[in-house]
Amino acid sequence: MRKPNPSTRRRFLGFAGGMAVAGAVPIVTVRPLQATPAMLASAIRNVTGSAEVHTGKVKLDIPPLVENGNTVPMTVSVASPMTPEDHVKSIHVFNEKNPQPNIGNFYVAPAAGRAQVSTRIRLADSQKVTAIAQLSDGSFWSASVDVVVTLAACTEDVI
Amino acid sequence: MTAALINVPAKARRGDIIEVKTLMSHIMETGYRRTAAGELVPRNIITSFTCRYNGKEVFRADLFPAIAANPFISFFTVATDSGKFDFEWIGDQGFSETASAAITVVE
Repeated sequence: MRKPNPSTRRRFLGFAGGMAVAGAVPIVTVRPLQATPAMLASAIRNVTGSAEVHTGKVKLDIPPLVENGNTVPMTVSVASPMTPEDHVKSIHVFNEKNPQPNIGNFYVAPAAGRAQVSTRIRLADSQKVTAIAQLSDGSFWSASVDVVVTLAACTEDVI
Repeated sequence: MTAALINVPAKARRGDIIEVKTLMSHIMETGYRRTAAGELVPRNIITSFTCRYNGKEVFRADLFPAIAANPFISFFTVATDSGKFDFEWIGDQGFSETASAAITVVE
């Protein structure tokens, strides 16, 4: 009887596994296409135009350390009386290092009562997340949070 | 069968600020992922979400690939009159879903 030598098979599998890992490394290092700070700046300019963006009024609630970048809970709230004269028109959320700088645009009506939006987002890397709110008087206010992500989202392989 | 989960208080007092929570089942494929064969998986996301309260738009959102799968969105509105919330999700590849929820407003 011919029996495959188990030690040879084990060696072969170990070798093949090693090759697969070695083969995957360059792909991983090359692939992450990222939004550059310039793309982020232009995405923000698309929203704000030439207006100055002030810091404050906006509160961005997001965990500072997330394990899985595929679902990161996020809440943006804006301090505003939400009256027809003084309310928040829209909230825009941006990121630094996902393939695309935009995360979402949320348009709230003066009738919202409270300018607050929650959703779940994806983060491809540890990065800064920025929320910008446009008020009814045309001014822009922002808040930024640095988030550390251990498992990246967006560009991982489909299994 | 609708793939949406909606949470709106069934009853509210006029003038109350109420929270509306929505969840739509959707893969939200980013368009940046590759198969093992190296092919790019085409983007398939929900691009727009709208909520109307008795026909009047109270909330709208533009979504991007950075929104997680099965998009959960919650927001607030003031309970003004009894009636209906209508929700609409529109996305790539002809995706379109609607859902609605009723609310009773008491004095």
